[in-house]
Amino acid sequence: MSFISLLWVLLLGSLLGLELIGKVPPTLHTPLMSGANAISGITMLAALTLIVKAEGNIPLLIIGSVSLGFALFNVVGGFFVTDRMLAMFSRKPSNKK
Amino acid sequence: MNLPVIIKFVIDLLAVLLLALGIKGLSKVKSARDANRLAAFAMSLSVVGLLSYYLGTSGIAIQSWIWIIIGSIIGSLFGAILAKKVPMTSMPETVALFNGCGGMSSLLVALGVAIFPISGGQENLDFFKSLINEVSISVSIFVGAITFTGSIVAMAKLQGWLSTPGWTQSKVRHFVNIVFAVASLIAFFDLINGNTSSIWLLVIVSSLLGIGVTLPIGGADMPVVISLLNSYSGIAAAAAGFVVDSQLLIVAGAMVGAAGLILTQVMCKGMNRSLVSVLFGGSLSAQSTASSGSGEYTNITSCSVEECALTLEAANKVIIVPGYGLAVAQAQHTLREVTKKLEQNGIEVVYAIHPVAGRMPGHMNVLLAEADVPYEQLKEMDVVNPDFPATDVVLVLGANDVVNPQAKNDSSSPLYGMPVLDVQEARTVFVIKRGMSAGYSGIKNDLFDLPNTSMVFGDAKKVLNDLIGELKDLGVGEK
Repeated sequence: MSFISLLWVLLLGSLLGLELIGKVPPTLHTPLMSGANAISGITMLAALTLIVKAEGNIPLLIIGSVSLGFALFNVVGGFFVTDRMLAMFSRKPSNKK
Repeated sequence: MNLPVIIKFVIDLLAVLLLALGIKGLSKVKSARDANRLAAFAMSLSVVGLLSYYLGTSGIAIQSWIWIIIGSIIGSLFGAILAKKVPMTSMPETVALFNGCGGMSSLLVALGVAIFPISGGQENLDFFKSLINEVSISVSIFVGAITFTGSIVAMAKLQGWLSTPGWTQSKVRHFVNIVFAVASLIAFFDLINGNTSSIWLLVIVSSLLGIGVTLPIGGADMPVVISLLNSYSGIAAAAAGFVVDSQLLIVAGAMVGAAGLILTQVMCKGMNRSLVSVLFGGSLSAQSTASSGSGEYTNITSCSVEECALTLEAANKVIIVPGYGLAVAQAQHTLREVTKKLEQNGIEVVYAIHPVAGRMPGHMNVLLAEADVPYEQLKEMDVVNPDFPATDVVLVLGANDVVNPQAKNDSSSPLYGMPVLDVQEARTVFVIKRGMSAGYSGIKNDLFDLPNTSMVFGDAKKVLNDLIGELKDLGVGEK
């Protein structure tokens, strides 16, 4: 993948992100922040790549593994905690409005 | 194009689509929970895509599997445990902690690649390519480090482990931060020039910069900072995407980065603060000491729980203003008991939710929903403000700055212009509070001096429990 096309990817991704959130009710600020935060743990893919390509280099394997741990802590914790918050909104049938 | 490449491409495309739908769905009450699960599914899908690609091409060594499993199990386990155990009241610092770890992860990836160049590429890189490589490594380290230390400082401040040091409120802090920023820039150029050891300088100074920028910011503005740091961790992920050449990482990182920026903007608007003043203005209390010396209260009326109960019993319409103090005292369930009794007596009860009530926008809604308060009784500020003149009793529970009339009346106040709840318009206002201490902003609250305001001193939970007892004695809600 050439650098220029990666730049295009960056640009289009940013534009998409800007468009995704228009009006957010204040109720959802905290869960949305927490959910988006979980997604930023996508860097776990980079950590995985590092481990796969380490080819027996132990220090690199350790760095990759620690990095993967941090990322998954972010991802798993982030999604669980967001779900916990949102579960409170959806528990009552009366809040369908 | 061989099969593994095509499969990975399709999976990546699907993952991006689902992530985008996830973020979009998270901004609507109805779809939020499903959207969160959708995003989680998309993330797992992306991992499956990446692993199956390597299995289909270069293969994955046993040794790699071992380290993958170790890292995944430890990280996921701690994440899941913390997410299950943490009380709803400490949500802001939890998000900050998670976020910091995301930044740390990006930093480590870049560091790993920089110290041990990934085999099969580094030698045959031309000048342009290696330059790009170094730039993306530097950006990933720089942003990752700021995200990590900034988030940890934010968490420590929210937990109360760290107070705001005095010197950070003076102009010195700008100078210190500029020094850190310039040092990072020097390290960056040194790195591009081929001096690999300056990478450590970059790690250190960008970490210090993260601390230096976050430390002066006051507690009330912390949610905005966390949201901004969340945006940064997206940018760090995108930079890491350049380092390991992954389009999916770049798209997802850029998406979170941009969406986080918008969310930060939305939050700032809700608090009537500009991003610039949050980042560079220092904490509000520091500004206030300069602006006004009117820190003394002259006309405080204190009253007993019994009087409060009597007034409540006679009321037709009651508005509850919950705030941070309620969250700290974990009194939302007790509050619900009180309002249930009032409702059984035919008294109309409404909760007035200020956009930044609690410790983070939307935090109070979560807490009250946890206590089974019906969603329809939660009224937003703009909806409820016209109702105050027709209200008999307002109960202010642990809220302070958001009910300060100074924001409307006193143009010299640092709070001036902040949207507030007009509780002083009601017939009677009861403020339940531990003592006379100021709110987040550190500013005197003129509401407490007004003749129709009575203070009920005590811990919110204890006062509410006493209130239940008093109401019982009066026979309220016995039917």
